[in-house]
Formats: sequence, C-alpha cells, structure tokens
Amino acid sequence: MWKTILRRFLIMIPEVIILSLLVFLLAKAMPGDPFTGSINPKADPQQIKHLMRINGLYDPWYQQYWNWVVHLFHGNLGNSYQYQEPVTRLIEGRAGNTLWLALFTMILTYIFALPMGVFAGRHEGKLPDTIIRVYTYVTYCIPFFVILVIGIWIFGYVLGWFPTTGSISSDATGWLHTVGSRFYHILLPGLLGALFGTVNIVQYLRSEVIDAKHSDYVRTARSKGVPNRDIYLHHIFRNSLLPIAAFAGYSITGLLNGSIFTETVFSYPGMGLLFVNSISYRDYTVITALVLIYGILNLLGTLLSDIILSIVDPRIRIE
Amino acid sequence: MAENFEQHSDISAADLARLSQEAQAEATPSTAKIIWSEFKADRPAMVALFIIVGFIAFVMVGALFINTPKMMETNIMAYFNQPFTPEFWLGADSGGRSVAKQLIVGSRNSIGIAIGLTIVSSTFGICWGLISGYFNGYIDWGMQRVYDFMMMLPMTMMIIVLVTIIPHYNSVTLTFIFSIFYWEGTSRLIRSRTLAESEKDYVAASRTSGTSHWKIIFREIMPNISSLIIVDCTLSFAENIGVETGLSYLGFGLPSQTPSLGTMISNANDPNNITQYWWTWLPAALEIIILCLAISYVGQVLRRAADASQRQGAAD
Repeated sequence: MWKTILRRFLIMIPEVIILSLLVFLLAKAMPGDPFTGSINPKADPQQIKHLMRINGLYDPWYQQYWNWVVHLFHGNLGNSYQYQEPVTRLIEGRAGNTLWLALFTMILTYIFALPMGVFAGRHEGKLPDTIIRVYTYVTYCIPFFVILVIGIWIFGYVLGWFPTTGSISSDATGWLHTVGSRFYHILLPGLLGALFGTVNIVQYLRSEVIDAKHSDYVRTARSKGVPNRDIYLHHIFRNSLLPIAAFAGYSITGLLNGSIFTETVFSYPGMGLLFVNSISYRDYTVITALVLIYGILNLLGTLLSDIILSIVDPRIRIE
Repeated sequence: MAENFEQHSDISAADLARLSQEAQAEATPSTAKIIWSEFKADRPAMVALFIIVGFIAFVMVGALFINTPKMMETNIMAYFNQPFTPEFWLGADSGGRSVAKQLIVGSRNSIGIAIGLTIVSSTFGICWGLISGYFNGYIDWGMQRVYDFMMMLPMTMMIIVLVTIIPHYNSVTLTFIFSIFYWEGTSRLIRSRTLAESEKDYVAASRTSGTSHWKIIFREIMPNISSLIIVDCTLSFAENIGVETGLSYLGFGLPSQTPSLGTMISNANDPNNITQYWWTWLPAALEIIILCLAISYVGQVLRRAADASQRQGAAD
C-alpha cells in the first residue's frame, strides 16, 4: 500500500512541473507585459526597454521560467493590473468564498445522495430504484448552468426566497448576523448543486450495496436475526462509507470547475467570478495565478481520493 | 442462381428458398435491425428520436432561409416586443431582434458545433483508447499518464484562456479547442473495453497468423466494440451541447454577433431581462433541456440494444 501511495506521489511531481510550464507559456503567449498599466503612457520607450531588461524580460525563456518559479515559491505572483494590489492578497480574499460554497455543496450532496444510494440498492429493480435512477439520470443530463439560471429565476426573482447577488448583505452586523447572511447567500447555489450533482455517489453506493447484499457477512447477520434495517444501516452502509468518502476529493474538483458558472450566475464574489472578470479586463497576472491554483487544487483533490481509495479498496492497489 | 443449382442437385427451388429463409431467420440480426426493433418496442424512445431528427433537420433547413446579418440588425421600433404576436412569435430582445429567428440560427450553430465536437473528440478518444488498450505496456503506461495530466487541468479555464489568446477564431477553431479537452471520457471507456477484448482468442489467433497490429486494432477489435462506440458518441453529443452553450453563456464561445443558444441564455444575466423579458432567454433554456434529455434517452435505448441481456425489442 505504501508503495502505491509513494508511486502516486512520484507521478505527481512531473505533473506539477508540466502544469507550471504550461501555465507559464500560456502567460507568455498572452499580449501585454507585467508593466502594462503601471507605467505612465508618456514614459520614454527607451526607459521601458531598460526596465524590461533589468527585470529579465529579454532573458531566454528557461531563465524567465526559473525566475518565475522562484518568485512563486516566495509567494509572489505579481500585481493585478485592474485592482492594483498583489494577486496573492486579491485571491486570499476570494478563495474563502469559493471554498465555503464548494464545501457546503459537497456536504449537501452527501446528505441527499447517501440515503438515495442505499435505498436504490436495497430495492434493486423495484419502483423506488427506477425512480431514483431516472432522477439521477435526468439531473445528470441537463447542463448545469441552465439549471442555475432557471433556479435563480424561479427562487431568486419570481418567488424572492433567496438573494440573487453577492456573498453577504451590506447591512449585516454582528457575528451571528454575518454568519447567517453568508449562509443565506450560499443556500440556493448549494442546494441546486447538491440536487443536481448526486449521480456519481448514488450510482457507486447503489452498486456497492447490491454487491454487499449477496455477501457472506450479510447472510450471517441475517441468519443471526439482525433486523433488516440494522443490516443496511450498520453492516452494509458502514462498509461502503469509506470508498464513498473517498469521492470527496473528486467531488471538490468537479465543484471547483463548476464554480465559474455558479459564481457568474449568482454574482458570488469567489475565485470563479474573479477569473471571468479578469478575462474581460485582460488581467493576465490574476488569470495565470488562478489557472495554476485550480490546477494544483484539482491535483490535490484527485490525489486525496486516489490515496483513500487505494487504502480502502485493495482492488485498486494491484496495478 | 437457384435454377442453375437445380440442374446438379436433388433439392428443388422451393426447398432452397425455404432453407435460405430459415437460415436468414436463425442468423444473428444485424446491429441496425436490433436497434430498430428496440426503438419499435419503446414508444417514448421513438418520439424522442423523431423530436431530435425532426428538430435538427428543421433548424438546419430553416437557418438557410434566414439572413443572419440582417436578423442581427438593431431595430429600435421592436424594442422588447411582446411574444405571440404575428410578426414576432417569440417576441424580440433589447435590440428588437426576433427571438424565434435567433433561436433557429442559434440552434443550428450550437448543434453544428456539438456535432463537430463529437466527431473530432470521439475519433481522437477512440483511437487513443484502442491504441492504449491494445499495446498494454509501456505505451499504455505513458498514454495513461497523459490522460491523468489532462484530467487534472481545469478544463473550463484552459478553454477560456485559449479562446482569449487566439486572436481570430471561428466555429471550426472553437471546435478544435474544445476537442483538446473533451476526449478523455471516451478514451477511458474504449481503453477498458479494448483491454478485455485484446485478451480474447481471436486476437491471439490473428496475431499468430501475422496480421499487422493496425489491422487487428482497426479492422478486428474496433468493429467488435462498435456498439459501445455508437452509444458513447450519442451520450457525448448530449454532453457537448452543454459544453458549447455553457461557454457561449459565459461569453467565451461563439462571438456575440453569432447567435448561439448560450448567448441567448446570457440575456438572463440582466436582472430586468430575467424577470420582465423572460421570452429573451427562457425558450433557449427549455430547448437545451429538452434536446439534452431526448438525446440522452436515445443513448439509453442504444445502450440497451448493445447489451443483449437488457433488450426489450428482440422477439426471442
């Protein structure tokens, strides 16, 4: 098992290097340079050239890449042109919002998906199973951004139950009120994300339960006279819980990628909205930093899931 | 031929006809026949199929009769015209442009890109999966690492970045940019099936008798997993409609002067539009939902047809 984990880590190293190289080259391919915006337009072109030379912009690309990586490890991602502040501070302010929303959505997803998965597996091939299968299938097929738009229209505008913009109302004072307002703002996107993102967990749990139903330990429990309800709750469910928990990493990865849409529709000030805005302002330092951060978060998410899965599921270890 | 045959044999022509009929009846029905009988057994699937084919044909032909630049001209007299009027069936948007016409041209563009994306990305994914699964060694290992790396990239962001870097793009370049990031699902599926398939006897026999690798892969293994390929293409077609419209919705797909279902839904970003002028975006949203559900449903029926144990249509 340690071998698998070690191998998984070793594979990650070249992936990170290639990712950083790719991001760096993409940043180079974007028009503009780090001085765009911070220089007076009347400045002497000679002076700009001098500035670029002392900042190493005429160096060969590998030298520039190395400098960029060194800066990266010092936590220096450059300055945002649009907001005129360090990118790290800018993202720090937004990252919390995105991560809270993702975490909340994930918890809700599990709350909805776990009972559905067990229920569908328990009543395999019967009506409840069919209903759940159709439900997960329909929710999976519809593009998520359409659901978000229709959801905000019905529940945000027409019924007026939920706020439609921002992450906190402007008049929130006091600790309780602040937390309440924040929670209120992530409730609708979280609910929509959870209701329409159950398919993976439900399907996996369903097949786990169906497998377990015919296994020896369940038969033993049943012949001992353990009530059916307890068999499902304490024997089968507990056994399938760990692999299901391992899905959290993949699930976070998916939610982060979806955050671009969620945050755009709900004008929720997180990293996804920051990315979309930065693209329209051509704020390249921010864009580069965000692509890198999302890539690394994706990597860590899959790493986490892979490791947990390889611990709990020996079938995966044999490669 | 039967007459010729009769001269040298005791079997009469009538017997021969009966025998060949029997042989035909006993032979495994062709894939097309299985799929057709599956659709005949499932009424809703038939309806879904007709909706899709009819709708795609309608927008493809209908869009030919619409002059797009003229349609996209601003007509201030028709500013947010109400829907269900003789001139504007589905009303008009903030520029006085007919929503119904935009819907037709937009559907043509979105569906066209989705078809193109499905063809390009599936072809690539199928080849990747077949080669990776067949060679199953260092080649497979290397290809799997590339796959892992692609899965790690934040896809939506990468596409948006690429779209902004490329100065001039049209629907063809857009299709290729999308395709870079959407072949992984297909390739993984095909690889796992190819792994199983290449351990079968017919592959080993073919290899011993000296058939070239490429011939085994594309002429022998691929036809054997063709039903899987058909199912996967249908399902990814439904998904790809969401890909293009989603990015157009964010403003990074088709340029805003080219109508797409996604750019039409982005009308809903304006708080006034979303409540008061619902007809500017709701039809496009509903159309995407219905289209995606119908296509996926057809995909499900095809999946049933591909799996002999789940068939409903076969007579036996």
